[in-house]
Parts: sequence; C-alpha cells; structure tokens
Amino acid sequence: MSERATGAPAPRALPAEEGGGGRASVTFIGMPRSFRENAAEAVRNDQLGRNLRKATHTIRGKRARVVEELPDWAELREAGRAIKDHTLRHLDRYLLQLEEAVTRAGGHVHWAADAAEANRIVTGLVQATGESDVVKVKSMATQEIGLNEHLAAHGVTAYETDLAELIVQLGDDWPSHILVPAIHRNRAEIRRIFRDRMASWGRPAPEGLSDEPAALAEAARLHLRERFLSSKVAISGANFMVAETGTMVVVESEGNGRMCLTLPETLISVVGIEKVLPTWRDLEVFLQLLPRSSTGERMNPYTSMWTGAVEGQEFHLVLLDNGRTGVLADEVGRQALRCIRCSACLNVCPVYERAGGHAYGSVYPGPIGAILTPQLRGMGSELDNSLPYASSLCGACLEVCPVAIDIPEVLVELRARARHPRSERAAMRAAGWLLGDQARLARAQRLATRLRRLVPRRLPGPGSAWTDTRDLPEIPEESFRDWWKRS
Amino acid sequence: MSTREEVLGRIRRAVEGAPEVPEAEIPRAYRTEVPCDDLAGLLAERVADYRAIVHVVPSARVAATLAGLVEGKRIAVPDGLPAEWAGPVSQAAATVLADPARDELDTVDAVLTGCAVAVAVTGTIVLDAGPGQGRRELTLVPDHHLCVVRAGQIVAGVPEAIARLSPDSPLTWISGPSATSDIELDRVEGVHGPRTLEVVIAV
Repeated sequence: MSERATGAPAPRALPAEEGGGGRASVTFIGMPRSFRENAAEAVRNDQLGRNLRKATHTIRGKRARVVEELPDWAELREAGRAIKDHTLRHLDRYLLQLEEAVTRAGGHVHWAADAAEANRIVTGLVQATGESDVVKVKSMATQEIGLNEHLAAHGVTAYETDLAELIVQLGDDWPSHILVPAIHRNRAEIRRIFRDRMASWGRPAPEGLSDEPAALAEAARLHLRERFLSSKVAISGANFMVAETGTMVVVESEGNGRMCLTLPETLISVVGIEKVLPTWRDLEVFLQLLPRSSTGERMNPYTSMWTGAVEGQEFHLVLLDNGRTGVLADEVGRQALRCIRCSACLNVCPVYERAGGHAYGSVYPGPIGAILTPQLRGMGSELDNSLPYASSLCGACLEVCPVAIDIPEVLVELRARARHPRSERAAMRAAGWLLGDQARLARAQRLATRLRRLVPRRLPGPGSAWTDTRDLPEIPEESFRDWWKRS
Repeated sequence: MSTREEVLGRIRRAVEGAPEVPEAEIPRAYRTEVPCDDLAGLLAERVADYRAIVHVVPSARVAATLAGLVEGKRIAVPDGLPAEWAGPVSQAAATVLADPARDELDTVDAVLTGCAVAVAVTGTIVLDAGPGQGRRELTLVPDHHLCVVRAGQIVAGVPEAIARLSPDSPLTWISGPSATSDIELDRVEGVHGPRTLEVVIAV
C-alpha cells in the first residue's frame, strides 16, 4: 500500500482498519494520542489561533445575517429535521427507489459496506477506463475512506481541485474545517506551498507570485485549467440524492465542481447512504438551509443537479455504508445522520475555535465530528474515546444546527459509554460521596475554605491530566452554605 | 449474500422498533410562496450583491443592449437562441460560434444564453440545458457569461423555482460569478468558472 504514484507524494495515511464489522476510516497519522493532547498543542500556536478566530467569527456573522432574513427559518429547520428523520426510518425503501431511478436514467449503482469495498470499487472503475489520473471535487466521504491514498497505491493519481483541498494536498497536510479545509493556513504559507509544490503536481506557480488571495486563486486557476479540459475521469461526492427522481445534487463555489461533473467522460460519485432525500420537492427545504448555514450566503455560486447519465457521460454511484448503519441502530446517536455537513457548529464552538480542526484527528472536526467520528469508527482508540469530551456542552451547536441535531445530548450519551480516565473516575466517585450527604458536604466546604491557599494549580500524578486542561476555580473565603446560614 | 442485501439488512435491523415519522406529518409550515411586488427589482439587487453586472432594460431594448455588449467580441451561442437576439448579436460581434466544440469554447470572449428560471430572493439564475441555453460546458469554459432573463421567468423564492423545474434535464443554478473564500476567508470572485457574470433582465 505504500508504493508511490508517479509524481505524487507518498500517501499520508492509510485506512486505520479495513473490513471486519463494516467500519473503516482514516485516522490522521502522527497525531498525539488524545483530543486533549492535540488541543493543548494547537492552543500554543498563536498563528493558528488568529486564523481560526478570524475565520469562525466572520462566517458566524454572515450566517446570522442571512438566517435573520428568512422569517420562516424555524419552520424550514423543523421541516428539515422531520424529512431527515422520516428518510432514515425508511432508508431501505428510499435507497431502493433511488437505485431504480438512477439505473432507469442510465447510471450504474454500486453498494459498499465499508471503506475497503468502496475503495476497491472506485479503483476498479478507474482502472477499467485505462486512465491513471482523476480529478476530484471536494468530498468528505472520499476523505473518510482514504480514497486518494488507495488510488495512489494502485498507480492512480487523484488531483484535488477545490482551492482549499489543493492547498492541503500540495502541503501534504490535513483538512481542518469541513467548509474551508485550509483555514489553518494564512496567505504567506499558501504562497510558499504554491511556489514550492505546484511544479511537482503539474503547471508551476507563476513567477513572482504574490500572497494576495486574488493572485493565489489565479495561480490555482492556471494550475488546474489544462487538467480540467483534458481529464477523462472525475470523482465526486454529493450533498443530496433524490430517491423519487434519481437526481444528484452538488453545491459549490469555485466552478471546480462543475468542471469535474461536466467535462470528463466518466463520473464516479461516492455518497454516504444517509444523503438520500425522498422527493424532488424536499430540495426546496435543503437548498435554503444549507447555503445560509454553511457559507452564510443566500445561495452558493453553483449548484449542479443531474439525473443518471447525461450529455453522453458514463455515471457510477457508489453508495457507502462504512459504519452508518451502526449509527442508525443507536437510539440517541442516530440523529447525527441528519447532518448535511454545513459546518455551522464548528464556527460557533468555543472548543473548536481554540483547538482547531486537526485536534479531532478525523475528517469530521468540531462538535459534529465529536459525535460522528466515535460512532463511525467506534471508541476503541484513545483519540476516539476522548472526542465526546471535546466540548463544554454550551449548546451553541444545537442552536445553529439547520437540522436540529442535539449534539450535547449525544455527547453526554457517548461520555457515559467512554472509558473514563482513572483520575476522573476517582473524582466523580468522590463528588458523589460528598454530594450525597449534606453534613459531609458542609464539612468539606469549610475545610476547603481553610486550606484554599494551599491548593496547587496542578495536581501531581494521574490527576495532572485533569488539571492540565482546566483552570481551577477560586475557592471562596466562605462557602455559599455558611454565607446563607450567617446572613 | 450481496453487499446490497447486507446493507439493506443492517438498515432494517437498525430501525426496527424506531419511532415512526409518517410522511404526512412532516411539517411544511415554511413559505412556499413569497409575496413580492417587484420581482425584477429584487432579482437585480440580489444578483448585484454577488458582484455580478446587472442591466435592467425594457423587453424592446434587449436586442440593442446585447448588441452593444458583444460589439467586436468573439462570442459563443447555444442552439435555439431566440432570433430577435441572435440577429443583432451576429451583426455586432466580430465572430459568433454556434454551439462550438470544447477547444473552441476556450478561445471565446464570452458566451450568451437565456435561462429557464430566475430566483429573486437568492439572486439565482437556473439553466436547464434547453433551447437557447446549451450543453452545460457552454456556460462553464468561457470566462464571461452573458445571460438574459425574461420577466416571466422570475419567481420569488426557492420553492417556486423547484416547482417549475424538472430533474429530467441537467440543471445548473448560478448565483454570481465563481468565487472562493478559501484564503483567510477573503472573498475572491473568479476561480474556475466564469469570472464575469453579466445578467440582462428584460422588464
């Protein structure tokens, strides 16, 4: 799996596990062990902090303004939630209806139980065309399964075409945000990456490239132009699939999506099974909810819709499970499958803003990642086990979610299932013992008041894991109980 | 057992006993019609918000406006462009290529099309590959897209547009020129799609 595709850098990571139990997805390699350790490192990075703060606050403001414009936002959100819940309850029926409609319209439908199977299917389809290069539209699902790495290992180079994905690919880096994956990079870094790396992937960066965003976008346009016009195979995901009609929907901004969806002779779309909607009409809800929640625009620049094989193209749809049916079986957790990947929850999350996307060690960062990743991958690793704790449970994510996923509820549920660190378990037991008896609590509080000057900022031994991530609250001179009794 | 059967089986086991959400009970209390007195005015304002170029002209002036915009240029046009526009345009433009091949498309100054529907509230024009609109690549490869919207094609909101459109043909929803905010969230107009979108609204 580690042989190099010509001209392309070595694969950055391989699927963490393949086959078995129907779950496999990429864990970022080189990540320290838990969310806490990853986040602590990110917090020390000032540049990252400034980039993230600017980004999240800007999108947050834009979103608020365009959501405010719609007097029926609450009703759209309620419809979106109900449509998704209804679809998930009858997912078998709608997937069969979708398959029939896509097939009737000349497309081919494939089913993939896990990452390994999806990668095998896509690689086989590409190899059947005889091509060794493919262009790609930004897709979470193909990142989740580590498709690019798998293709590279089989001699196929996948070229990312979304500007941010291009920055991530050329920089041999990881995405850190669902909507703007290179948000951790500033313009100077991007200029350096383009100048140093474009030549080994195709057309070199223009001489004297400046770090103006317009100049960098122009460099990306020139770099990819010839590739778009000559590519024979494209790989995409999809934002929505309509069961009733077999229609696929991709929303985007730059036109790289249209290039990939329109120009190549063969189009392969890899889509999670939860992306299906029952009817054509349902799009009237989601085409209002998604752009306003995501980029904070009334509508994103381009939305492409196609049904089956169009304009002489060959079309393949790969329906991906990869752990989704496991999530669906979970009474509390299944609501995560409503997610339309808008990333509004990332932009309002105080933990994401400080920790950054890489700390989550998954293609799904932020609050939605904290509930989706451990459910998709299982909670076997230290990292996945720690993700449900990557939250202060402030509830801002639920408030902005366009399909009303109660992320805090799922976090609490997953915490109950996580293996707790020993010190935390001990603290919880001690708290239970104290809170369970009034007199004991009063004595403990008085004792704490007397000893307050002696409390260390950092606990020794296993307790340090707890205090390292928390500032201790000041212990008051007098407990509330004593003050209440006295006054 | 095929993967298809395996996945369907997993789904059926997963939702067994889950609460029903009947289709009929999906609340659709949102607006399916948005009242608007001046659809063309709202469309013009919202398209301009995306930093596209907008001209609002009386129907009788559309042909002359188009002729002025394409004067001396190399233009691509789709099959089925209305004759009342095609005539003046072919006289004014330096070259008019009818439904050209891809390599020729990359050499034109602009492409001129009509549209299927326009959405005022979101400032969106929708092309459905019908007559006067052409294959999808026709409005993608050229760097400048000149699009005519007739007053009767404008609807207020997204639900009205969905109701008018058919998924039987490929649809492209266009809201402003191609754009990116991927670098420090600074919006830049023009990446891979047309960098200039010019909309002529006939009233």
